[in-house]
Amino acid sequence: MLEFLAMGGYAAYVWPSWLTGVALIVGITLFSRRKLARAQQKLTQLTTLSEQERETHG
Amino acid sequence: MFDYLANPTRFLKIASIVEPLAWAVFAISCSVGLYLAFFASPADYQQGETVRIMYIHVPAAWMALFGYLMMAVAAFFFLVWKHPLADIGARAMALPGSGFALITLVTGSFWGKPMWGTWWVWDARLTSMLILFFLYIGYIALADGFDRRDRGSKSASVLLLVGVINLPIIKFSVDWWNTLHQGASVMRMDGPSIDASMLTPLLLMALAMKAWFIAVTLMRMRALLTERRVDTMTARIQGGADA
Repeated sequence: MLEFLAMGGYAAYVWPSWLTGVALIVGITLFSRRKLARAQQKLTQLTTLSEQERETHG
Repeated sequence: MFDYLANPTRFLKIASIVEPLAWAVFAISCSVGLYLAFFASPADYQQGETVRIMYIHVPAAWMALFGYLMMAVAAFFFLVWKHPLADIGARAMALPGSGFALITLVTGSFWGKPMWGTWWVWDARLTSMLILFFLYIGYIALADGFDRRDRGSKSASVLLLVGVINLPIIKFSVDWWNTLHQGASVMRMDGPSIDASMLTPLLLMALAMKAWFIAVTLMRMRALLTERRVDTMTARIQGGADA
């Protein structure tokens, strides 16, 4: 296990590379999911609001 | 204006099938690819274990180029045929595409320091990749930089098309100039020069990243479509309130 982590002495280069890649991929995924969730939430709110408007003014 | 409402329904139907499929392909190809990359492939006779960086650096570089190309195609469709889904597609691809460009630059740097003895060099390949990253950032800034969204979409689309020339420059930089960056070992006229034990995890990681790109792009397109519906409804409600 330790030998694997040492990466032949190049651990200081291999692991930060991979961590950067994983961090960006995971980060962008989470960020995008949040963007979608926020938009959907807003749409639900507005749909409810506009239905209420139609009931009171329709 | 209401033209695009017809297409998104069809798009959303397609997305509801393709998106989960893309995530599944990502999960499988990434797990197998990572296993092969770290456990079942050899170290390089010259580069030792730093060759493991290749399995994230090269697929990310390929995807950075692919992403930009797809955005440029979308920009062309938007400018010529005014297709609103095309603009949404380009906008959606910008963040994952720029992410790949950044991964390429950072992982390349970490690979270059032990192998070349330097974090950076202004050779043709590295410089043109940095310019690609700047083009991505420029697109993102322009697209959202105007009061009117369509102005942003148009100028950003023009930037994408103007920057397309950078793609063949990146690809052929290692042939046209003396570069520190090595020449092509996969996409060559006489086939790959890389051994199968390394080519397989490389191609699997490339497939994984492509699948992820498709999944995240579709997710972001859904988000952008929803945001536009929100904008339309907000305008309608405000218009009704003012009336």
